Amino acid sequence: MIYLQLFLSFLQIGMFSFGGGYAAMPLIQGQVVTTHGWLTMSEFTDLITISQITPGPIAVNSATFVGLKIAGIPGAVVATVGCILPSCIIVTILARLYLKYRNLDLLQGVLKSLRPAVVAMIASAGILILKNAFWGSAESISLTGTEWSMVLIFGICVLLLRKTKLNPIWVMVLAGVMKVGISAMTNVL
Amino acid sequence: MESREEKESQGKILWKIFLSTLYLSAFTFGGGYVIVTLMKKKFVDEYHWIGEDEMLDLVAIAQSSPGAIAVNGAIVVGYKLLGIPGALVAILGTILPPFVIIAAISVCYNVFRSNFFVAQMLSGMQAGVGAVIASVTYDMGAPIVKEKDPMSLVIMLGAFLAACILEINVVYIVIVCGLIGLVRTLLSKRRSGK
Repeated sequence: MIYLQLFLSFLQIGMFSFGGGYAAMPLIQGQVVTTHGWLTMSEFTDLITISQITPGPIAVNSATFVGLKIAGIPGAVVATVGCILPSCIIVTILARLYLKYRNLDLLQGVLKSLRPAVVAMIASAGILILKNAFWGSAESISLTGTEWSMVLIFGICVLLLRKTKLNPIWVMVLAGVMKVGISAMTNVL
Repeated sequence: MESREEKESQGKILWKIFLSTLYLSAFTFGGGYVIVTLMKKKFVDEYHWIGEDEMLDLVAIAQSSPGAIAVNGAIVVGYKLLGIPGALVAILGTILPPFVIIAAISVCYNVFRSNFFVAQMLSGMQAGVGAVIASVTYDMGAPIVKEKDPMSLVIMLGAFLAACILEINVVYIVIVCGLIGLVRTLLSKRRSGK
């Protein structure tokens, strides 16, 4: 039963994530955190982080990670197959149609309207990740409950990303190192 | 005789597709767009298996289909070269490296997550990944805002409210916006057709 659930969840993720990479993130969060509770928001953020510093698409990485955690290796396989199955079918059909008719207008028209929605959904998922980073799993957002060190690290990272062309992987590693440094210092003091 | 030779060379090409996609998938950081560019380098510039223009269209298919772009890219290239077997081999090559790497990492994750340094490192990286997403959102959103197409802005705002405030399942948002796009495209086609 759990295999079927994993399969269907990742099938949806594979079927409705348009625009690659981050587009899958809100869908994964919806299925894995909100609907099924397979991961906590912190674990989900860890997963996104790990996906960022390793090769491979976020959706495939998530399928492996979540599948393994919930139902071992078979779970990972089932989830991965679920997440790539829609691609296999849809892309093959489109490739066949394209090789025959050489026309992609309709598809790209649909995509044009999806793009703004995808950006909005990525932003929404990003906000949840930041909320979790700044305020932990606390229900309410308050000034006193804010982890200011995280806000500071976030600010530095945004600056680094926008002002320098530093690779995002290094920015994230740096963020981790900064946090270790801050915690070590506050522990000593 | 000829068919046997053909079979042999087909096997060789399958093997080459597998190795190329395996290699690209294992060593490409930075997501689907990067890997698609590298695929073009490999299959168009190096092997000359696919024409430049055709590759551009195949990449467009990969990018406009749902799912991971790296996987979609592997499917179009594999399918174009050797049909379904080519596509299957390319998929296998593409998903094997992340599967193995993530499996190994999740074992370590369970062992080391409670370690103080690892926990702090991961927690700091949450702020980092938040920054990366903010930056990506800006890069993706700014051109749409600059275009000043009112419909796009309405879709963006509506989708944001639906996802963030109303917490509507994103699947529905994708379906609704896709349908809006379909209707718009068909309408504008009819208009230009007259």
